[in-house]
Amino acid sequence: MTDQPIPVPGTGGPAASLGDTAFQPAFDHPLSPKERMTIDRAAMPEQDALLRAANFREVNLGYSQQLAMLEAERCLQCKNPVCIEGCPVRVNIPLFIERLRVGDLDGAAASLLDDNALPCVTGRVCPQEIQCEGRCVRAKKGASVAIGSLERFVADWAMTHPDRPKATADPTTSGRSVAIVGSGPAGLTAAGELVKQGHDVTVFEAFHAAGGVLIYGIPEFRLPKDIVAHEVDRLVASGVKIETNAIIGRTYTLRELRERFDAVFLAVGAGLPVFMNVPGENFKGVYSANEYLTRVNLMGAWNPESDTPVLKGHRVAVVGGGNVAMDSVRTAKRLGADEATIVYRRGKAELPARVEEVHHAEQEGIRFELQVAPLEVLADENRWVTGLRCIRMELGEPDASGRRRPIPIEGSEFVIECEMVVVAIGTRSNPLLTASEPDLALNQAGYIVTDEHGMSSLPGVFAGGDIVRGAATVILAMGDGKRAAAAVDAWLRGEYPPAPAVTGPAAADAPVPASAAAGS
Amino acid sequence: MHLVVSTALLSPNVTRLVVEAPRIAEIRQPGQFVIVHRGPGAERIPLTIADTDPANGTITLVIQSVGKSTEDLVALKPGDAIADIAGPLGKATELIESGRAVCVGGGVGTAVVHPIALGLAANGVEVISVIGGRSKEWVIFEDELRRAGEVIICTDDGSYGRHGFVTDALKDVIEAGGVDAVYAVGPVPMMRAVAEVTRPYGVPTFASLNAIMLDGTGMCGGCRVAVGGKTVYACVDGPEFDAHQVDFRELADRLGTYRDFEAHALEVARLRRASNEESAATAGDGTCLIPGLATTAERQQAAPAAGERRA
Repeated sequence: MTDQPIPVPGTGGPAASLGDTAFQPAFDHPLSPKERMTIDRAAMPEQDALLRAANFREVNLGYSQQLAMLEAERCLQCKNPVCIEGCPVRVNIPLFIERLRVGDLDGAAASLLDDNALPCVTGRVCPQEIQCEGRCVRAKKGASVAIGSLERFVADWAMTHPDRPKATADPTTSGRSVAIVGSGPAGLTAAGELVKQGHDVTVFEAFHAAGGVLIYGIPEFRLPKDIVAHEVDRLVASGVKIETNAIIGRTYTLRELRERFDAVFLAVGAGLPVFMNVPGENFKGVYSANEYLTRVNLMGAWNPESDTPVLKGHRVAVVGGGNVAMDSVRTAKRLGADEATIVYRRGKAELPARVEEVHHAEQEGIRFELQVAPLEVLADENRWVTGLRCIRMELGEPDASGRRRPIPIEGSEFVIECEMVVVAIGTRSNPLLTASEPDLALNQAGYIVTDEHGMSSLPGVFAGGDIVRGAATVILAMGDGKRAAAAVDAWLRGEYPPAPAVTGPAAADAPVPASAAAGS
Repeated sequence: MHLVVSTALLSPNVTRLVVEAPRIAEIRQPGQFVIVHRGPGAERIPLTIADTDPANGTITLVIQSVGKSTEDLVALKPGDAIADIAGPLGKATELIESGRAVCVGGGVGTAVVHPIALGLAANGVEVISVIGGRSKEWVIFEDELRRAGEVIICTDDGSYGRHGFVTDALKDVIEAGGVDAVYAVGPVPMMRAVAEVTRPYGVPTFASLNAIMLDGTGMCGGCRVAVGGKTVYACVDGPEFDAHQVDFRELADRLGTYRDFEAHALEVARLRRASNEESAATAGDGTCLIPGLATTAERQQAAPAAGERRA
């Protein structure tokens, strides 16, 4: 339905058959802005909903060269590109799109990779609709340029052409070393930036594989693990060292890292699951989303050949409305659930998940019990889950978060029968590292307090991502990683604080309250 | 990668593995554990560190083979490698500083209680170890525990030491007086029984909980258990807790979450192993009979372990 051939005027033709060097613009003459305005946004080809609900392969299939180059024509190359302002890592969007438009894939990839350490990831999981695409002037009259899909196309092209573009890494070494704690989006982004500056970068990861939430949290069907491994491999090839199985606060202390390295960047995430605090939560069949997704993603339990087990329910209730909840419920569907249900206490308009994820979930037959709050997990005599007792809610006045406050409707209790409950209502800070260093200043919720450049109360120790801002998105963590890297670099060169132009926070980067946890 | 230095069968289903893990050997404290991940496709398994040799950079793991994953681990030979060992994890044991302590070990838990007993002895505490098994061949770590103090052995059938359960012997020791603390590690029913023996006497009692966990850092919440009516995580808040406060029923119940899966996985693994041996016998050289199809072992050898590739 969405991948019907798009008629391409001019010399475009089937560029794919001409080989990689034969990228031809979609049109044989430069288009006027008016002509560009007439091109409709190219839809992302997707796996059929019924088919994909039974497999773990990627939902979005990616643009073809033709589609990508046609879509690139839609960019008006604004003099004041507001799309860049909407991007937490400040990708020079018009530049890579223009290079793509003229067929300079090497140039497009070089520009993109220079701005963004993980473009294959962000092209897939960013909430573009509230960032770059939300700012795109074309959105005012019709649809925005599909910036995320174009980013994904260029990044995937670079992935399949590993020798291109040529590495731009600075061959001079600074003689300074940096320890990065956590290999999630914030840590990897900072690692990529700092190694480019010539610093000796070591990333410490508690799990046996690098990637953080990108490998344990986001499912295969949204972000294939080979893609993450590729991004990590590219960083390793550029000189980043990664030490897995290293838990800071246990295997090494922060104090030891400060002695061994000239600077430290803490990007450990907000890893602790939040439970509902209702009776029955410890019955068999209740998972935190963290545990459920880690079993399926990192440990590969979706594959019957994996030694790691995961429970499979015919009826699965997932509590929460963020991206993590959508990932969990769609995972349950793929593991064979006949009834996979989102239980969320507010309404559809308030769902914190990306619009695309909610839409995909609906297409796949996910049930939504909206304005419903859980009261108790029910179980049989062997303590296996049999249901979730809930109450219906009505929406009152907006609360501090600006969303309408849910109020229980008396007498509306009912039971959702299910064999499994997955709790995806957010995460909080993990004290494992922070508690081991009493001089590290924390706020009341246990998150690390930093100055505007990302430095904590300990000189030379920086922090970013969820451990500073509370559970948020991949791209906001990456923005923190990029900003902190600039500050770390300035610190290492003895020029701290850095020039404001490099690090000035923008509206798009404002920390979000932990209650709006979206998780990716 | 962590090289297996030596292996030994201690009892019919308990094996000792000595593996290289220099950093962990250097810093681990009594009561702490590691998470072992044999390689791609394997489970992450929490195992308490039974002993260390910092000079040689090795740690000792004592493994009871109860399922597919543990059978795979105990099948390792010297020279084989374990892809990932993460740790040391968990809080160190709260060792009393003086007086007299009883260390109760059941089955594989006897190996786990060993570093606690040594730690207590190093503090100058008088240590009495009460250890047990079904019969003589199931009693492990007797000699090692003698280095910490007196050892009382109990067997269910009376084939070695006292006839009866460890709880009977424990009761006698407490009755004799002067016990300041009890440390219990073993099967859940044993730890629960120990807690009930010591409760009337008000002797502080610690139990080491072997809950199901993935990461060991507080991130999955799989190891949650009620202690004193409050949900805690065995991996970061423990693994040792006040045994008088632990909801052992909940612990035992949650430990059974994957019982069916594990039984099935074990059966499949054993059938596969048997059929591999059969085809190996027919083929004579152990290679796969289907041309072009690599055996699992070959594929695992060809694929670099995650830790190695990224490290």
